[in-house]
Amino acid sequence: MKTPPLLEVQNLHKSYNNVEVLGGVDFTVRRGQVKALLGPSGSGKSTILRMISLLEPADSGTILLDGEPIGVIGGRVDVRPAPERVLARQRTAIGMVFQKFNLFPHLDATRNVMSGLTTVLKVPKKEAREQALEMLDRVGLSARAHAYPAELSGGQQQRVAIARALVMKPKLMLFDEPTSALDPELVREVLDVMEKLASDGMTMVVVTHEMRFARSVASEVALFDSGQIVEQAPPDRFFDAPEHERTRRFLAHMH
Amino acid sequence: MAFDSTIFFDQLFSEAYLRGALLSLSLAIASQIGAVIIGFGLALGKSSKFAVVRSLCTSYIWFFRAVPALLLLLLMWNGLPQLSPVFQKEWYSPFLAAFIGLALAEGAFMAEIIRSALMSVDDGQQLAARALGMTRGQVLFKVVLPQATRVALPPTGNEFIGMVKYTSLASVISLQELLTTAQMGVAVTFRYAEYYAAATVYYLVIVSVLMLLQNRVERRFTWTSTPTRRRFPALSRAGAAGSPKQTTTQEKVPA
Repeated sequence: MKTPPLLEVQNLHKSYNNVEVLGGVDFTVRRGQVKALLGPSGSGKSTILRMISLLEPADSGTILLDGEPIGVIGGRVDVRPAPERVLARQRTAIGMVFQKFNLFPHLDATRNVMSGLTTVLKVPKKEAREQALEMLDRVGLSARAHAYPAELSGGQQQRVAIARALVMKPKLMLFDEPTSALDPELVREVLDVMEKLASDGMTMVVVTHEMRFARSVASEVALFDSGQIVEQAPPDRFFDAPEHERTRRFLAHMH
Repeated sequence: MAFDSTIFFDQLFSEAYLRGALLSLSLAIASQIGAVIIGFGLALGKSSKFAVVRSLCTSYIWFFRAVPALLLLLLMWNGLPQLSPVFQKEWYSPFLAAFIGLALAEGAFMAEIIRSALMSVDDGQQLAARALGMTRGQVLFKVVLPQATRVALPPTGNEFIGMVKYTSLASVISLQELLTTAQMGVAVTFRYAEYYAAATVYYLVIVSVLMLLQNRVERRFTWTSTPTRRRFPALSRAGAAGSPKQTTTQEKVPA
């Protein structure tokens, strides 16, 4: 018996003010896979993460998580966007890490990580605290557990943000250019955490400009351009023997 | 007639003045709380997706910003009972009339303060909170509001101090607050300076205590793990960055 892929995106469309940002995107991510999405800015790669994380509705198309459509209610015929309450519940299965970290500045690192547990999952405070500290330890920040975001470096903030998403035990982790806002010397510590996460078997979709990360960690790499996937392939084939001219041009610019 | 300090001190420590001061303070507190609640509702209403709600809120703000508070109090105390016998009953006290009038008027000003405070919270905050699975209400109360409060605190403290002084307007509707107390004394003794000076001292004391209180509350919103007294983090950081440079150049000169 074949299990469905963990994430399946089918024919996703999205326009803003009649400008098409996504023009029918399809891809799948199997359990434990890491999918790297590359592409020039404005190519729609960040938009698709917003659709998958249910922060914004797609115009049309289907997103299946574990074989179940998310973001919509109704049967096959009358599909409607799900109400906010349903979306909120579905979002707990998907972890999202943002380019600008978006930690809550009024909470220290521990309480940032606890916030989803106590507020959304109604985990008792004491238990949530234990889980949060455990998760901070996993991203190497137990020493900074009581620091506020303003007292942390960018790399540390991003690791707290990863812990905050991970502690919810999501099925899928999405990363939207997680190292783009960081000083170069802080990129490594975040990528290390992500690599460890990947080797622990977490399913991940990563929008990134880090070519070396895509090559060494991703199971599959996809190139976005003008709202469409131009090419997707395992990293060695993608980087060493790309089929499309567009991919070759993109890679030439990156090196 | 020279200033008679015996009269002044007698009045300063009299029960009548203490009562008047307590009445002024409690009216100010009640009205300000009412205004914050009204202002919060208006601030949310002004960003409602329904045009009717938005224009209702805008009209409210327009009306109560335009009408002088003194006129509003006269309307509440003398006008309402004329329009409806309900307000001729015992329960409709000068305190209640003043509370309603001041809260309604101040609510219009608080609306703008709260609205700008809510807008000052970075958009990434609600994205991150929603991505964790928080509902709209949870996003507002757990994430946005604590951050907006910090922004709204200084201007709200300002408004509250204004409110303490506005309560003296209630002297025209026979509320026995501080100013009424002074005027009643003046009417019998013609000792203007002594009676007014005693009232002045009370206002000074009340406002001083409020300023100290505001300071303490604001310090709770610094969001650092170590207590700090820096009032302008941006300025002091610039100063800290500048000073070591200066010392190095100074050290170099004698060498």
